[in-house]
Amino acid sequence: MIRSLHIAAKDLKAEFRTKQMLNSMVIFSLLVIVIFSVSFGDLLGNSKIVTQLAPGVLWISFTFAGMLGLSRSFAGELENGCLEGLKLCPVDRSAIYNGKTISNAVIMFLVEIITVPLFAVMFNYSINGLAGLAIVIILGTIGFISVGTLLSALTVNTRTRELLLPILLLPIIIPVIIPAVLATGKMLANGDISDISGELRLLAVYDIIFFIIAQLVFEYAIGD
Amino acid sequence: MENIISIKGLSKAFGNLHVLKNIGFDVKKGDFITIFGPNGAGKTTLMKIMSTLVEPSGGSITIDGFNIKDDPLEIRKRIGSISHETYLYSELTAWENLRFFGRMYNMDKSRLNARVDELLEQVGLGYRSNDRVGTFSRGMKQRLSIARALIHKPPILFLDEPYTGLDQHAASTFEHVLRGLDAQDTTKIMISHNIDRSLKLCNRVLILDKGTIVFNKLRTDVGSVEDFKATYESFVHE
Repeated sequence: MIRSLHIAAKDLKAEFRTKQMLNSMVIFSLLVIVIFSVSFGDLLGNSKIVTQLAPGVLWISFTFAGMLGLSRSFAGELENGCLEGLKLCPVDRSAIYNGKTISNAVIMFLVEIITVPLFAVMFNYSINGLAGLAIVIILGTIGFISVGTLLSALTVNTRTRELLLPILLLPIIIPVIIPAVLATGKMLANGDISDISGELRLLAVYDIIFFIIAQLVFEYAIGD
Repeated sequence: MENIISIKGLSKAFGNLHVLKNIGFDVKKGDFITIFGPNGAGKTTLMKIMSTLVEPSGGSITIDGFNIKDDPLEIRKRIGSISHETYLYSELTAWENLRFFGRMYNMDKSRLNARVDELLEQVGLGYRSNDRVGTFSRGMKQRLSIARALIHKPPILFLDEPYTGLDQHAASTFEHVLRGLDAQDTTKIMISHNIDRSLKLCNRVLILDKGTIVFNKLRTDVGSVEDFKATYESFVHE
């Protein structure tokens, strides 16, 4: 575990210096919010309608911004053959996966922390059930990143990785996105944690299953 | 002197393409072996198998008493690799890069910091330790990659085309640094196309052609560089 944290720390240090991933993810996310707020301009005063729109707008923003970051996650390791250098170290392949998952999740959470308040401002909307919403976003993001990191490794050596990653990732993450969107909607509509217990259970199970599968198959995903 | 690497009946095929065929040789502790061969001879595949990056199709390799199939992690602890790729992170400083790789080898903090400083001085980059690797010249990166490969004091060093992209001066500096490490009694295996430079460094010479070892002699039995170039031409038909 300690080596996974070193890999994550290395990735985050490099990322915060260049901000390549973070900047593009944040800008993309903000653009989505701005475009939707302009498109739904006439409806922004109606809190009920915005409550219905919000889950979709937020998760579209998270998902596509996340895919931008994931496509760069392992691509950065190709420069100077760093991925091979990492594979030459006496670390279990799963430690590399865990490290990458942690760093991707941290970057994704940062994007979400910036996006949610901006959404509230642009849509002139008061967000209810912040604690519950945070739990939904955390669980949804973990599931998304668990699968996304694995597929990012799988597609890194292909010439069309930017195209292939979303094609592979989107169908697989549907079981995460649907309960996440439903739970987000319920929380924003003044719901209680108990109202979303089914969705949270589904998200947690999905997170665990995909995390375990990714641990088992990651070695083959980054094999030569 | 005892064998530190023993390769027996090694073969590798990618589908119907047989890249390595029945390779076998032993390496004694402290040896410096250079493997020459044309493009596509299987040199890099052989190096990748020895480095545990690729699994062989047949045969066996024992490194420092550990079998490559059964104990890849133990073998990785014992080898350092220098390639034409530097394996260095451009956004991190020289010091941070070495420290990161040291942590991957589970070195403790205080020992690692001293080792990083020592290696940076040895490769002549102590004055640039806090600069990002992305700002380094190709020669400086290659010298830093020597330090990276030696961070955990491996008994075996693999060098895969280390002269690629280096100018005369950078290549000379690279050799100077490499020679300075002889005291560490590191066993070295190098793959190279550069006969003029590589022949001077080694004590045994191998030629690999079409996946087979066609020549294996001590450096002292090879003669001059010109003699060896003639021998190489007679064995290799590119």
